[in-house]
Amino acid sequence: MAEYSAFSLLRHALTGHKDWRRAWRDPEPKKSYDVIIVGAGGHGMASAFYLAKNHGIRNIAVLEKGYLGGGNTGRNTTIVRSNYMLEENAHFYEKSLQLWEQLSDELNFNVMFSQRAVTNLAHSDSQMDAFARRGNTMRLNGIDAELLDRKQVQREMPYLDFSDNARFPIYGGLKQPRGGTARHDAVAWGLARGADRLGVDIIQNCEVTGFKREGNRITAVETSRGDIGCGKIGFAVAGSTGHLASKLGMKLPIESHVLQAFVSEPLKPLIDTVVTFGAGHFYVSQSDKGGLVFGGDIDMYNSYAQRGNTPMIEHVVSAGLAMIPSLSRLRILRHWGGVMDMSMDGSPIIGKSPIDNLYLNCGWCYGGFKATPGSGWVFAHTIANDAPHELNAGLNLERFERGYMVDERGAGPYPNRH
Amino acid sequence: MIRLDCPYCGLRDHEEFSYIGDATKTRPAHAGDASAEDWFDYVYIRDNPRGPHQETWQHIQGCRAFIRVLRDTLTHEVLATGLPHEDLSAKSGGAS
Repeated sequence: MAEYSAFSLLRHALTGHKDWRRAWRDPEPKKSYDVIIVGAGGHGMASAFYLAKNHGIRNIAVLEKGYLGGGNTGRNTTIVRSNYMLEENAHFYEKSLQLWEQLSDELNFNVMFSQRAVTNLAHSDSQMDAFARRGNTMRLNGIDAELLDRKQVQREMPYLDFSDNARFPIYGGLKQPRGGTARHDAVAWGLARGADRLGVDIIQNCEVTGFKREGNRITAVETSRGDIGCGKIGFAVAGSTGHLASKLGMKLPIESHVLQAFVSEPLKPLIDTVVTFGAGHFYVSQSDKGGLVFGGDIDMYNSYAQRGNTPMIEHVVSAGLAMIPSLSRLRILRHWGGVMDMSMDGSPIIGKSPIDNLYLNCGWCYGGFKATPGSGWVFAHTIANDAPHELNAGLNLERFERGYMVDERGAGPYPNRH
Repeated sequence: MIRLDCPYCGLRDHEEFSYIGDATKTRPAHAGDASAEDWFDYVYIRDNPRGPHQETWQHIQGCRAFIRVLRDTLTHEVLATGLPHEDLSAKSGGAS
């Protein structure tokens, strides 16, 4: 029977909610594990969950420097979509979206996945052409996409700037109806409970400080809670990938950058979808508590600090006001920063590394949250089989050496432009 | 706000500058003599340190000169600034 249900809620209500089982254990680390995943964010937890569930590997530890879901999993703007065009990205992100659609059932934990659609706005004829091409490519790949004209966008989102003096008039938009948002903390918690019930040890407050190596293998992980032996090891540490790699003398096609996100004071329902600006970088949705959740560009300079700077706040907000002028008197309630692992082509790296038993899951740029279940799914496959799944075969590390970029934006090898 | 000490203009807000990137990367001198590995390293591979980082900024809204900055990527503290070719690595002081 499901651990969480209306019946169990009622049963525990009768006993004053005093005997709920804790959602996941807090175990001491064992001497060694078959697989160690570094990083207990969404990606790390999903990797452990699918390793246990799909591949029958149960002797797994997930090591976390801070607390579960305290990094980028708790710092993003919760947008989920699969509106990609390039072959290597499209099928991977679509798989991830399909996993999102069943995640609450699979985990018996409400991740509050809300398919409220994601619409990207177009502000010129050429942008409409580009969106038509992207939408057609998506549909040929079996992914839903609808090209909206100006009138359709106005009907769905009347609060956008449709006035005559809009600096960037809206020509239309590309909509993915199956896109939406999810509750980011619930994803980490649900996956953690799911993985824990399958025997995975989640070890928090356990910082990886170094590695013991033998030949081209890592034999143990040195941590703030002692050395832990490992058969295989996977990194799922987002912005800290460069820092961990440097402990192995490994250099990667990645730069770490800080990205800020914002929540406004709560409002009555205004924005019932996810909408993004096409003439600048701004994306917004409204949380169930009423706050507008939004973000824009990274701060542009290399950073491992989980906080950004004031000029970027002004930059993001001015893009937002150009898109939705009625936000001008709204106050920002909170803002924060997370560290993005910006790859050189804007696409992630999930696969094998130059070290025999080390696997990399990094380079997520702005977009790691939506990939959470898909990333875990293919990363688990890659670790279990020592070979990539067909969905992440193209997202390997070697592509940079071969000059085979997966550059969705066509921005070139400049990590802060993706 | 980060403030950068432009060698030509003095202390200015970083908003006046454009970030170019890692200053320690040197473009291979002549395409014919450089191997594919040299280009791969120059174009794609970065040290990406958590700590002092030498980087190039351009004073785009000032003198338009390129300058070199030694900045801690964990704290955003600016440790030194200089001319674009200057190696500032010795100036990181006690920072790590």
